[in-house]
Amino acid sequence: ASCVQYRLVVRDVNTLQILQLYTCLDQIQYIEWSSDSLFILCAMYKRGIVQVWSLEQPDWHCKIDEGSAGLVASCWSPDGRHILNTTEFHLRITVWSLCTKSVSYIKYPKACQQGIAFTKDGRYMAVAERRDCKDFISIFVCSDWQLLRHFDTETQDLFGIEWAPNGCVLAVWDTCLEYKILLYSLDGRLLSTYRAYEWSLGIKSVAWSPSSQFLAIGSYDEKVRILNHVTWKKITEFEHPATIANTKTIVYKEVEKSPSVETERLSFPPTRALASSLFSTQSKYDISQVPVSLQYIKPVADRANPKMGIGMLAFSPDNCFLATKNDNIPNAVWIWDIQKLKLFVVLEQLCAIQSFQWDPRQPRLAVCTGNSKVYLWSPAGCVSVQAPVEGDFQIVSLSWRSSGDSMALLSKDNFCVCYLEREEV
Amino acid sequence: MGDWKTITVPVLSSDSKNIFQYTSEKKISPPNMNSQVLRLPLPSSKSMHSFFSAFCTEENIEQSISYLNRELTTLGFPSIYAESKGKELNLISIINCMNELLVLQHKNLRAQEEVEMQHLKLGSDMDHLQNCYAKLKEQLELSKREIVGLQERDRQLQSKNRNLHQLLKNEKDEVQKLQNIISSRATQYNHDMKRKEREYNKLKERLHQLVMNKKDKKIAMEVLNYVGRADGKRGAWRTDKTEARNEEEMYKVLLSDYEQRQNQILVENAELKKVLQQMKREMISLLPPQKQKPKERSEDGPVLSDLEEDIGELNKENMWELSCETVREQLTNSIRKQWRMLKNHVEKLDNQVSRVHSEALNEKDVISREDHELETEKLELEIQQCKEMIKTQQQLLQQQLMSPCDDDTTLLLQDCYLLEERERLQEEWRLFREQKKNFEKERRSFTEAAIRLGLERKAFEEDRGAWLKQQFLSMSTDYKQSDNVTTPSAFLGSKYVYLLGSDQDNRLVKSTSQQRKPHCMLSGPVSAEPCQTSQYITRNSSSAASKKPAGDSKPNQRVESGKEETE
Repeated sequence: ASCVQYRLVVRDVNTLQILQLYTCLDQIQYIEWSSDSLFILCAMYKRGIVQVWSLEQPDWHCKIDEGSAGLVASCWSPDGRHILNTTEFHLRITVWSLCTKSVSYIKYPKACQQGIAFTKDGRYMAVAERRDCKDFISIFVCSDWQLLRHFDTETQDLFGIEWAPNGCVLAVWDTCLEYKILLYSLDGRLLSTYRAYEWSLGIKSVAWSPSSQFLAIGSYDEKVRILNHVTWKKITEFEHPATIANTKTIVYKEVEKSPSVETERLSFPPTRALASSLFSTQSKYDISQVPVSLQYIKPVADRANPKMGIGMLAFSPDNCFLATKNDNIPNAVWIWDIQKLKLFVVLEQLCAIQSFQWDPRQPRLAVCTGNSKVYLWSPAGCVSVQAPVEGDFQIVSLSWRSSGDSMALLSKDNFCVCYLEREEV
Repeated sequence: MGDWKTITVPVLSSDSKNIFQYTSEKKISPPNMNSQVLRLPLPSSKSMHSFFSAFCTEENIEQSISYLNRELTTLGFPSIYAESKGKELNLISIINCMNELLVLQHKNLRAQEEVEMQHLKLGSDMDHLQNCYAKLKEQLELSKREIVGLQERDRQLQSKNRNLHQLLKNEKDEVQKLQNIISSRATQYNHDMKRKEREYNKLKERLHQLVMNKKDKKIAMEVLNYVGRADGKRGAWRTDKTEARNEEEMYKVLLSDYEQRQNQILVENAELKKVLQQMKREMISLLPPQKQKPKERSEDGPVLSDLEEDIGELNKENMWELSCETVREQLTNSIRKQWRMLKNHVEKLDNQVSRVHSEALNEKDVISREDHELETEKLELEIQQCKEMIKTQQQLLQQQLMSPCDDDTTLLLQDCYLLEERERLQEEWRLFREQKKNFEKERRSFTEAAIRLGLERKAFEEDRGAWLKQQFLSMSTDYKQSDNVTTPSAFLGSKYVYLLGSDQDNRLVKSTSQQRKPHCMLSGPVSAEPCQTSQYITRNSSSAASKKPAGDSKPNQRVESGKEETE
């Protein structure tokens, strides 16, 4: 599904044919599929309206109007039948039910990056709240929206919450002024607290491993610390220095291949294909010899939210690898081997990395850096693929299909779907 | 020696002076002492002459003699005058006095020599000491200067040290200050934040009120129709029961997670324990056996017995169930002990090896590593070869067994010996079958004979009965015929026996005749066969005859006979 201005276009993934076309009342800011893929919600923040469309019955329609309360965020509940709207100023979260047309309110939600977290099995929802300058967490049962637990957290200013994939532990971390991460069990007991250091800027990103065994914490001091689920103590920390000296790590460097253009064939005006090939340079990967020094950027010291530290963390689905990005070295992706707890591979790109995502089925990483190429890495090697799109196509983000054989590459105005062929064995 | 002139003028008073001068002159010139001392016992006649002439002239002989006398007597010498008061001189006493004087002179000279030697020595000592003194003074000066220099340096360094300490303190103070600043700022920020939040909350409340108050009709949801729930169930009311159920569910989820984790950990634990046990066993097996030096034996002996006890204990206990402290500790302690012993053993071996390498290579007891390796290689080769041989033999044997009817191939591939054996075996099979048949026939005949015997017995009994009746009748009449009773009975008995015997003899005859035949047939082949075959035969016959009670003894006899024959 994709939206253009005020139209919602639903396409089939395999053929990219347009299946449905819906018209909404206003420019759509956010769309989301329901968990059973039967409905799509389109949120229009300016008008404060959420419209829900059904795929099975194109005539069915639903409109939720928040009115003067305004709308800041909207999302589905895991059962696919409730919509949670966050009103303006984070006044409250309204839970609209599509089955019963009933409304529930959650007061005092916290205005932070990740204020709502659902467990993987969709049974419980944790909401961060703040009352009287204190942070609280409420755990709701998603089936009937009953409040299960309500407890306060010892954080200064809660920044984010995330459930472990096994649904039993909730990680709560504090603002970047304090390095503090708290681990709560499902029933609200505090299991453990972890503080690495004081005073300096703290946690920037957090990721759970798919088996819930490890919790990776990326911080502003360019280090990733890994806690284990048995003792909740740090088992190792990964450093991201600008010089890589270990001979066992492989460094892939993207180099440009200058295209060969035969001067006789140049014609005026230049054909489209030629023009695109002239402008887009091929690139390939070279293995650089260790020691390698990467481009290091020291951010401006007096600005808030500096571009330093570990900004992106992602575990591979088989629990073997961890991909990280150090914002001080924006052109490199670091891939760590979790079984050996060592640095495995470093991918050095020509441009700054925009985003990366693991294939949901295999240990395959797709990276995009803002040009029209998508880079794939797997333990077998890495490859750079040119997106065959005419004109300027700057890939800003990408998204894998859940079966792992295709992914969508998104730029500002366009998107393209990349299909990966399975190797014939 | 040049001042003698002044002597002649005053005689008396100057004489003493002469002597003193003479001696004093000698003292003045010490370096010439030795030479002069040597010369003195042999004074130049001239000087002596001059001296004598200076002292005693022809005018003052009397005076000089009386003067000499006086001097000598004062010195303790006897007078040189004769006893009479005349002026006659006692020559003997003069000579004695002279001798005494000479002796005295010698003594004095020697004493002088000694004194002069000592003087020299003391002089050189003094020089030496003066030199030493000078040197020491120099050294003292040097060291004093050094000390001063070092003291100066020490002072400088101390001052530097103090400066650095000061700097460090300053830095620490600064750091502390900065930290204080930071903490104060942090509290400030927090305070401000809280204040702003409170304001913000108030605003929110206000806004909330406004929003609620307005009761906007716009806040509504428009749905065409209700959508069914994802799982098809109906909606439920929220009650206490549902609350309790939710709690229950939550706890169930948690518990299941914990249980899963615990199971994983238990499995891991069990595996690790198994591995540890294995390791322990292997370590024990690796440790040296008890046939080594007594020292080691004393070490290993009691420990091994302890270990065996431990092993026994730990193996008795169920590895999965018990995870209590004591068992765990036991296991870890025993493994640590083992590991230490193994380490010691390996170290000893290492030492031995190093010693071996350092010693001469002519050691007969110790085989060098290369030789050892060569030998092992050779042995391995041998083993391989033997294995291959065994395999080929097995294969051949298999082939043999698989194809018994293939005579052509057997003829081609096998030895003649095997062929012979096979033929023999076949013959024996044939014989065996024949004999079986014969024995069947015999059995049948035996049964028939038994039946006949039975019938005969019956007839005989009847006869006997009739006869006895007759006897009785005749007995009652005739007593004389009592003798004949026994004989008929004996005759009867003997007849019976004879009958039996005849029957048996018949059987014997038959069987022996039959037996002889197989014996004859078996005479050809190897001697070992008859034993077996006769046993076959006897067994068969015994089995055949077992049905009849009377015939049992005979087969046994035959067996014995057969055996006797073979023996």
